[in-house]
Amino acid sequence: MNKDNKFYLGLDIGSISTKGVIIDKDDNIIAQSYLWTEGDPINAVKKVIEELKESLGKEVKIVGVGTTGSARELIGTIFNATVIKNEITAHAIGTLKFHPDVRTIFEIGGQDSKIIIIDNGIVVDYAMNTLCVAGTGSFLSSQAKRLAIPVEEFGDYALRSKKPSKIAGRCTVFAESDLVHKIQMGHTREDIIAGLCDSIVNNYLNNVGKGKNIEMPIVFQGGVSKNIGVLKSFEKITNSEVIVDEYGHLMGAIGVAILAKQSDKEIDFDFEIKDLNFRTSGFECGGCPNNCEIVCVLQGNKILDAWGNRCEIGREKALAKYKQ
Amino acid sequence: MEKENNKTKKVCFPHMGNYFIAFKEIVEPLAEIISPPPITKKTVELGTRYGPESACIPFKYNLGNYIEALDKGANFVIQAGGGCRFGYYGEVQEEILKKLGYEFEFFKFPNDYNFLTLARALQKINPKVSIVKILYSLGLAYFKIRAIDKLDDYVRLNIGFEIEKGEFEKTFKLFLKDLEKDKKILSIRRTQARYLKLLKNIKLNKPKNPIRVVILGEVYVVMEPFSNFNIEKQLGAKGVEVHRHSSLSTTIHDLFFNKRVMKEFLEKARPYLRNDTGAHGTETVGLAHHSAKAGFDGAIHIKPFGCMPEVNAMSALHRISNDYKFPIIYFSFDSQTSETGVKTRLEAFYDLLIMKKQKNEQR
Repeated sequence: MNKDNKFYLGLDIGSISTKGVIIDKDDNIIAQSYLWTEGDPINAVKKVIEELKESLGKEVKIVGVGTTGSARELIGTIFNATVIKNEITAHAIGTLKFHPDVRTIFEIGGQDSKIIIIDNGIVVDYAMNTLCVAGTGSFLSSQAKRLAIPVEEFGDYALRSKKPSKIAGRCTVFAESDLVHKIQMGHTREDIIAGLCDSIVNNYLNNVGKGKNIEMPIVFQGGVSKNIGVLKSFEKITNSEVIVDEYGHLMGAIGVAILAKQSDKEIDFDFEIKDLNFRTSGFECGGCPNNCEIVCVLQGNKILDAWGNRCEIGREKALAKYKQ
Repeated sequence: MEKENNKTKKVCFPHMGNYFIAFKEIVEPLAEIISPPPITKKTVELGTRYGPESACIPFKYNLGNYIEALDKGANFVIQAGGGCRFGYYGEVQEEILKKLGYEFEFFKFPNDYNFLTLARALQKINPKVSIVKILYSLGLAYFKIRAIDKLDDYVRLNIGFEIEKGEFEKTFKLFLKDLEKDKKILSIRRTQARYLKLLKNIKLNKPKNPIRVVILGEVYVVMEPFSNFNIEKQLGAKGVEVHRHSSLSTTIHDLFFNKRVMKEFLEKARPYLRNDTGAHGTETVGLAHHSAKAGFDGAIHIKPFGCMPEVNAMSALHRISNDYKFPIIYFSFDSQTSETGVKTRLEAFYDLLIMKKQKNEQR
């Protein structure tokens, strides 16, 4: 094993899926993994690390770990990450690696969607959806279930449509009732699915993309980017070419691995960490009417960290609770 | 009715930032004060449960404050008024509280008030107190507000750079405690000067050219840190110099002492605005335009969800942001806003600013 060869692990723990990559010092991807989070981020990450280890087939020295996604704090604490970054920055950094000239990133994931505007290699504007999951992956998959079509085939159905139905897209509830109505009126499934793809794109552009300067090259990422129907709708409605690349779903993980590489800190990451027992435990503080929900992260019975508190009382209570 | 017993009047009014100790000054000579407990999640929950769904978040905080104070024994409620929906909130809140079965008197600031008409109206709470005394207590309150804002401004600019973490907050808390005791204008000025000096003595590790961010938007969510998830503190912790114009003293100044300021804001807002947006929207656009030209790194615009004047301001802000390449992010606060979402966006905004700065410095 060459001692100079340093490697970096990037983990992107989303609401629906968990992604992991290992890159070398030249940012080449040498291992990757993509699994469902299934409501258990700790376990999902353990499995991802297991998979990464297997696909490597050899021992490598990992000196940096980065985490992103909605469980970044939790996983970052457990795996002693060198970098914990929000998903907006991570996606931008990852994408810039593959598309240095990118101007616009569309990202639609399981429960959120975002747009990132880049000028001259730096993020200049961004937005994320608020309050509502309309037009995200979970909406698509619930509608796929209603139509009894595997979500993977959704795109092909959409492409076969000649005349997409018009589906109200502002809100999941409206879209759903409109969709039911169109089904009962006798629209074909192909037209409805194509209409749904259009409505997702319109909803995205009118909410998240509102007021943003959308310029080419455009890169489309996130789980929904694998849906060819939505991709075609994007191209049709923005009247521009939209790029989807094979690493689209891994961009956050790659970005945060690159950030881990750029950081000054170095750690000695041990793959065996996946065999340790981590758990979380929550309680309501009760120190004042705020009643903060405190989450404690534990390794065995040792407390690693606690959060959710608005003031010091909650932290002290958490520490006292798990004092040896 | 001759013998009105003012001892039985127990007055309450809402919280907003640290200003409670100033408001207290006005009411103290008139009647007993029942202070609502500090704003907590319970306050919002009460306000959301009993307030109309579509009312903006300051309405809900105020209503929650009232309910918590009435439960503590208050029987006299004070509400101010303003240039947007807020102007009608008093009446609606009175109605809601009555329907909930509370017995109380309701006092709303007169329309288009000035110091004298306000003092006259306040005198009705306790006619035995002379108008001169009430005017004096209004003056005391004003000076306390000014002192709070003066020190707060300094803290905001520097808290991100203190070497010993927590020193600013500790000193500021002591300041508020001492200020609360001051009963003369002169002693308020002295406390202000003494603590400003103490704050300035706190050792800083400040780069020559720090990231400078402007906070813009609706005044309640700007001024009440609980309602904006301590956005200023979060920014400070990242090492950002936080600037903000909106405070109670500037609001009072612009409304009463120098009405021309509002015209100047409209002037500054040109060519993005030609007419007044209502409430503080014009100020928002004027300040954004000014800060973009003055070379600030970015701005954060915050408002209660559905705040009409600030929504009006936003389309102008989008254009300013485009024309000057001036990053602005927008937050709407509501009882349903998730703290995590705010944190993620704020982190990303900070990354954006720092990367932009590094890129510019490389050139």
